[in-house]
Amino acid sequence: MNQMILKFPARSENEVFARNAVAAFALTLEPSLSELSDVKTAVSEAVTNCIVHGYRGREGWITVRCRTDGNLFTVEVIDEGRGIADIEQALEPFFTTQPSEERSGMGFTIMQTFMTDLQVRSKENEGTTVTMTKQFGTGQADVG
Amino acid sequence: MKMQWGRRGENLYIYLSGELDEHSVAEIRARADKLIDENAGLSRAVFNLAGLRFMDSTGIGFLIGRYKRLKRYGMGMYLESPESGADKILSLSGLYSLMPKIQE
Repeated sequence: MNQMILKFPARSENEVFARNAVAAFALTLEPSLSELSDVKTAVSEAVTNCIVHGYRGREGWITVRCRTDGNLFTVEVIDEGRGIADIEQALEPFFTTQPSEERSGMGFTIMQTFMTDLQVRSKENEGTTVTMTKQFGTGQADVG
Repeated sequence: MKMQWGRRGENLYIYLSGELDEHSVAEIRARADKLIDENAGLSRAVFNLAGLRFMDSTGIGFLIGRYKRLKRYGMGMYLESPESGADKILSLSGLYSLMPKIQE
């Protein structure tokens, strides 16, 4: 069991830092390239959600907690922003609250597809915690 | 995030390289649109994604935005040589039905 906690301001320039720091931590589990790419993408989606939806450009902090347990990798992305009023609706593919901003509405769908499990806890005006786990070493080869 | 371009025959080629996310997309959105406007008479635009090391769902929004602009000019859009991470997102979102994937 190993752990890591990151805390950084909710600014979009930190997206690249967050996803690469989490990927670097995950390296201890010797993931395949595609597993690592999946984790980076899912973390990028979650952190972007905090900045774009949680804080909507206002200042705030994002906490990322990672944990490894055997081959199981867990990452939590936490904000103290506006929260999500209707989580079920937010999880629907192509649902977006900001269609005019060229948002695809695919963030949660990507997190769900790329990770083994996704859980979202949220309370309006208090914040959102996205917990994702990924089982590494399922034997899926890096092909095409 | 880097963007280069070239013109060959009826094709406008746009080469994207680096990491495309919510932060970096701002640098290239306006530049891509300007390029499309300046080449409005051509038949199609080919976005070459071979150098794109990373892309999240921001990329989907970006590509759909450019697709809509190209469509106004009657221009087709193609995605060339995406790396496997980008390819997974593009397949998942169904984007290839609008902008087919081609290989170099």
